[in-house]
Amino acid sequence: MFSHARRLVTHLALVTIAFGIFPAIALAQETISPPQQVRAFDAPSDAGGVIALVWSASPYDGPGVRYSIRMRESEEAARGPDAKVIAEFPSDTRYVRDAKLPWWTRPADRGDHYFPVKSGKGLELKNGRTYSFTVSAVKGQAHADSPVVQAIPEPNWVNWNAVNNLLVVLLFGAVLAGSIYAAKRREIFLRRIPGLDAVDEAIGRATELGKPILYLTGAGDLNEPSTLAAAVILGRVATRVASFETDLLVPHRDPIVMAVCQEITKQAYLEAGKPDIFKEDSNFFITTDQFSYTASVDGLMLRKQPAANFFMGSYFAEALLLTETGASTGAIQIAGTDSDHQLPFFVTTCDYTLIGEELYAASAYLSREPIQVGTLRGQDIGKGIVMGLLVIGTVFATAGVMMGSEWPSIVLDLLKDLK
Amino acid sequence: MTFLRRQLPLLMTFVMGIIFIAQYYVPHPVSEDLLTTVSKWLQIIGGFALILGVTSLFHQHAVKIRRKEPGWGYSFVLYAGMLGTIAVGLWVNGKESLNGGMTAFGWVYSYTMVPLQGTMFAILAFFIASAAYRSFRARSREAAVLLIAAIIVMMGRVPLGEYLVPITGDITQWILNVLNASVRRAILIGVSLGAVALSLKIIFGVERSYLGGGKE
Repeated sequence: MFSHARRLVTHLALVTIAFGIFPAIALAQETISPPQQVRAFDAPSDAGGVIALVWSASPYDGPGVRYSIRMRESEEAARGPDAKVIAEFPSDTRYVRDAKLPWWTRPADRGDHYFPVKSGKGLELKNGRTYSFTVSAVKGQAHADSPVVQAIPEPNWVNWNAVNNLLVVLLFGAVLAGSIYAAKRREIFLRRIPGLDAVDEAIGRATELGKPILYLTGAGDLNEPSTLAAAVILGRVATRVASFETDLLVPHRDPIVMAVCQEITKQAYLEAGKPDIFKEDSNFFITTDQFSYTASVDGLMLRKQPAANFFMGSYFAEALLLTETGASTGAIQIAGTDSDHQLPFFVTTCDYTLIGEELYAASAYLSREPIQVGTLRGQDIGKGIVMGLLVIGTVFATAGVMMGSEWPSIVLDLLKDLK
Repeated sequence: MTFLRRQLPLLMTFVMGIIFIAQYYVPHPVSEDLLTTVSKWLQIIGGFALILGVTSLFHQHAVKIRRKEPGWGYSFVLYAGMLGTIAVGLWVNGKESLNGGMTAFGWVYSYTMVPLQGTMFAILAFFIASAAYRSFRARSREAAVLLIAAIIVMMGRVPLGEYLVPITGDITQWILNVLNASVRRAILIGVSLGAVALSLKIIFGVERSYLGGGKE
C-alpha cells in the first residue's frame, strides 16, 4: 500500500518536473544576441547637442523584442548604477530610412537602426562632453547588452543636408548672370503684361480728372521681397506721376518702408526733372494696426476720390475691404501681389491684377533696362528648369513605386527640401 | 558724400546679404547668435523708425487742423484718442488690468479698439457678397467658369448643399485638391523664383532704386 503510494508520489513529482520546472529553466535560458556594430558619433549638420547611435538590424527584430538605450555622462561604461535609460522602443522601429536623411548624409544602410539622442525632458547633452551609451536588446526577462560606445556632441559649420538647396541657388544665380550678359548683347522679347501697360492709362486718367493717385505698398515690412518689389515699382510709377504733375498719396503701415519710399519718391521727382513739385508728405504713416489702417485708407478713398489706386505688395484680410471700397469710387485699380490667398479678391475687384511673379517682373517691364530684362529672362529659364525637374521627379517617383526599387531615391533626394 | 549715400549702403547690402545667405547653411551656434543679434538690431531700428512714423502722423493731421481742411474734425479726434491713450497707458505702466480690475488703458483697448476692429472685420462679409455679385454676373466665359466653380464649392462646403446634392462634396474636394492646389503651387514657384531673383539683384547691386533712384 505504502510502496504504491510512494510510486504515485514519485510519478507526480516527475510529471511536475517535466511540465513545470523544465519549461521554466528553458525560459530562463532563452538567449538573445546583443546588438551588433553599434556606433555612436556626433550628429552631423547640426548646432550640436545631438549624438547619433547606429547599429545593425538583427534577425530577431520584431514586436516581441525591444531595444533599450542607456546613457552615462562620463567615459565610464554606461552600465553602472547611475546609467540612465533614455529610450526604449520596439526593435522593428527607428530605422535609418525613417530618419528621412538624404542619401549623401545617411550614416548607415537604410535597413540599420538609427537613434538620435538629443536634449529634452530630463536629459541634457552639452557640447564638448563625453557620453557613454549601451544599446540592449530586451526580450521578456532576457537582455543582451552591446559594447559601450562613446561620443562627444559638437556643433558643425555646414548643414550638408541643405547642399542640394545651395547648388540650386548657385545654379539659379549663374542662370541670372548669364541672362543679364545675354540681355546686354541683344534685345530680349517681353510678353505684354496688361496690368503694367495700364499704368500710363491710369496716371493719364487721374491727370485729366485732376484727381490724386493712391499707391499702397502692402502689409509687409522691408524683410519681405514683395514689399521691396512694391517700393521699386513705386519709383517707376512716381517718375511718371511727376512728369504728369499729378498728386501722389502713399499711406504706409510700416515706418521703415515709409522712410525708404520717401527717398524713392524724391529721387523719382528729381529724375523726372520736377523736384519743385515733390511733396515730402506724399508718403505718410497711418498705423501698424491692420484694420485701423484699412479704415483710414477707405476713408481717404471716399474723401479724396483718387482716380487710380495701386495695390502692390502682400495683403491679408484687408485686401477686399480696400479694393471693394476703391471699386465703389469708380477708380481704375491695379493690383500686384504674391499673396495667393488674396488673389481671387483682387481679380474680382480690380481692373488689372499682377499675379505672383508679375509683381517682381514689373520693375523690369516698366524700366526696360537690359540688366532688369535679363533677370526676367533668368526667372523664365528658372521656371523652365523647375518644370523639367517636376517631370523628372514625377517619372522617378512613379518608377520607384511601380518597381519597388530604391534607386529613384538617388534623384528624388536631390529634389527634396529645395525651398 | 556719394560714398555715404550710394557706395556704403551697396557695400553693406552686399556683405550682409552674402553673410545671411551663408547663415542659412551654417547650423553652428555662432551663426544662430548672429541671426538673433541682427534680429534685435532690426527691432531697435524699428523702434526708432516708429518715432519717425508717429511724427509723420502728427504732422499730417496738424496741417489738416491748421488749414481747417474738410474732415479736420477727424484729425482732432485722432489727436484726442492718441494722446488720451498714451496718457492712460503711461499712468498704469501699460498694464491692462491691475489688482483684478480693468485699468483705463485696458478699458480703452477692450471697449474701443476690439469692437472697432471687429466691426471692420465684419464688414468683410458684406464686401464679399457685393464683390461676388459683380464677379458672378456671367458676362464672359471666365466669369461663367468662376460662377459654376463657386456654386459647386459652396454647395460642397455647406452641409445642406451636400445633403441636397451629395456629389458636390466629392467635386469640391477635387476642385480644391487638384485644380486649386496645382495652380497655387505654380504661382508659388513663380513667386519664389521672383523673390530669389529680386534678392540676388539687390545683394549684387543690380537693383538700386530702393536706395532712392535707379541710376547713378
